[in-house]
Amino acid sequence: MSNVRIPPVLRETVGGSRSVAAQGGTVNEVLTDLFATYPALRDRVTEAGELSPFVNVYVNDRDVRYRDGLATPVGPDDTVILLPAMAGGAR
Amino acid sequence: MASPTFREVGAAEALELAASGWRIVDVREPVEWNEGHIPTATLLPLADVPARIAEVAPDRDAPLLVHCAVGARSARASAWLVANGYTQVASLRASLLDWRRLGGAWEAPEQLLTPAQQRRYSRQVLIPEIGQVGQRKLLDSKVLLIGAGGLGSPAALYLAASGIGTIGLVDDDVVDESNLQRQVLHASDRVGMPKTESARMTLAALNPETHVVEHRERLDASNVERLISNYDVIIDGTDNFDTRYLLNDAAVKLRKPVVHGSIYRWDGQVTTFVPFEGPCYRCMYPTQPPPELAPDCAIAGVLGVLPGIAGLLQANEVFKLILGTGETLAGRLLMFDAMSTEFSEVKIWRDPACPACGEGSLA
Repeated sequence: MSNVRIPPVLRETVGGSRSVAAQGGTVNEVLTDLFATYPALRDRVTEAGELSPFVNVYVNDRDVRYRDGLATPVGPDDTVILLPAMAGGAR
Repeated sequence: MASPTFREVGAAEALELAASGWRIVDVREPVEWNEGHIPTATLLPLADVPARIAEVAPDRDAPLLVHCAVGARSARASAWLVANGYTQVASLRASLLDWRRLGGAWEAPEQLLTPAQQRRYSRQVLIPEIGQVGQRKLLDSKVLLIGAGGLGSPAALYLAASGIGTIGLVDDDVVDESNLQRQVLHASDRVGMPKTESARMTLAALNPETHVVEHRERLDASNVERLISNYDVIIDGTDNFDTRYLLNDAAVKLRKPVVHGSIYRWDGQVTTFVPFEGPCYRCMYPTQPPPELAPDCAIAGVLGVLPGIAGLLQANEVFKLILGTGETLAGRLLMFDAMSTEFSEVKIWRDPACPACGEGSLA
């Protein structure tokens, strides 16, 4: 089971958890497992089966766009980070 | 037999002694020496005379001309010297100004800081990576803050305190009561006042030397290049994607480093974008997300200390950019989770296909 860190703007889709465990040997498998448990997450992270351009996915500290995208391998001790653009208010 | 003694001489005689080869010993402190000294003199502060005179003047019969600023410390040093076997000692009983008026040789380094600046910034001038040269750079630098709010408040306070010469503030908002929980530039009696004006008052009280420029306008496509063009570093403390993307593209075009910060409830993110040296914002997120993905503080809420932490991390980046030292966050996104008190980071790459700074861009 790898650990998936849920950013604050997506926490409502996973019942408020800061991180959740998910199974799978690739980013795609991990996300599929995650979406089965938390269906509301799917539309926030993917668009037509591809990663949303507004959400970056990292395996440990590496952006999967610069690896193998959804096919990037995920080990059992790896941390997957979902990171949407954060506008984050100063006003 | 009278005990050995030293002579006290005026500036004119001291010049003659110096011309005839007397060794000159300056018993002032290093800080005085640094403001100017006789080029042929040797610095030997009064307190160090007993321990170090043997290496400065190993021959006790060699003639020594001792001076300080006006003649008090040199008299004490001279008395010690004759008591310890030095046979030819003269103490300058005159101001060094007299020495200089009579044409005595003098060497003064270029003054990077005024005495007042030396005192005010002494704690950071002491840091080897800053020193007088670094402090001068800070005093000559111009930093623009987009937003005089949560992130801009702590950043502006510490930048002004440290002697950043010019701080520009872009904000068209007025102080609201709900801002005061985190926007520490402002105050209860300034509710309704333009934020830039409130900020200028606070910063002027903290450091009158910092020049505060109020840009009482909202950053948009028509003013962004004009606003950032006169500044060395931009601190992005905006609250919406429109401004972030506008700022990013203009900063890439004008090659201005942007220190990015964003906050949400218990979470903060900071990174530094140095155009063409590291990634830009569009390398991370090429296209602007729809506004519904950008809830701001007014909707989501934010812990008061969070912009304090993130804003100071941004200010920390500014120092390294201006001083040209250390490792900035260029290429790294630093994330702070206040709930668990954890820092973590991910790598950000320059995207060759980036619409702003990539190979196909116009920049």
